[in-house]
Amino acid sequence: MSENPLENPQKYNEYVDKKSPNSPILKNCFNAFWVGGLICSIGQIIFDFCKYKGLEQQSSNTVVAIVLIGIAAFLTGLNIFNKIGKFAGAGSLIPITGFANSIVSPAIEYKSEGYVMGVGGKMFTVAGPVLVYGISASVIIGIIATLFA
Amino acid sequence: MEFLQSIDWLQLLRCFVVGGGICIIGQILIDKTKLTPARILVVFVTVGAILGGLGIYKYIIDFAGCGATVPLTGFGANLAKGAIEAVKDQGLLGAFIGGVKAAAGGIAAAVFFGYLASLIAKPKIKKQ
Repeated sequence: MSENPLENPQKYNEYVDKKSPNSPILKNCFNAFWVGGLICSIGQIIFDFCKYKGLEQQSSNTVVAIVLIGIAAFLTGLNIFNKIGKFAGAGSLIPITGFANSIVSPAIEYKSEGYVMGVGGKMFTVAGPVLVYGISASVIIGIIATLFA
Repeated sequence: MEFLQSIDWLQLLRCFVVGGGICIIGQILIDKTKLTPARILVVFVTVGAILGGLGIYKYIIDFAGCGATVPLTGFGANLAKGAIEAVKDQGLLGAFIGGVKAAAGGIAAAVFFGYLASLIAKPKIKKQ
């Protein structure tokens, strides 16, 4: 027993940094880049197809979001998305697919607690904060825009 | 096949690079900070909303298309854009309606498909 890592927070942090495996950041970034880029490109092709079919820009963007969210939700349900997530990290988290995954994962995990408070409630453990901050920001921005209108 | 010919490959490349680049920022946050994924998503959506509110994000969308709209920053920017546009027509009421209205498709899809997918999935039983 040379030193006690729990002595103070700074020592504890140093201890954790020393013991935790170094994550290969370059490799992680590379995987995040190409998987993230690929997901966006799939979105772009869906978008181009919507435009080709004569949809306007805003509607096309909504279709892209709905399709990607649908695919990600079902891939999460089939336990495929989590494997992609382990490999790609932020590459699958940051696109809208990560939002869908964040809804389905806890819903499945807490299914045993029932369909109302288990699935219905836990769906929003991560998505809830995203909506709270996103929607609140939009309301504030809207109020500011009213002042300048 | 006519559709395939209509694809703008340079646009697709810009989409790939910018979309991937935004994900790299997220990956650096994961590796270099102790932020949890939930916090990173909140940061991205809020930053997107602010950039959208300032009118900066639309230039990224003009350049990269879905490379900017598909990442969660685009979701935030879309919320902000919806609020600002609704304010033009409805004043203060628009501030409360516009954001969610613009993002309604994505939110409803996430809730609906999320619920469906949870129903078909079997919960994993953790091995002791």
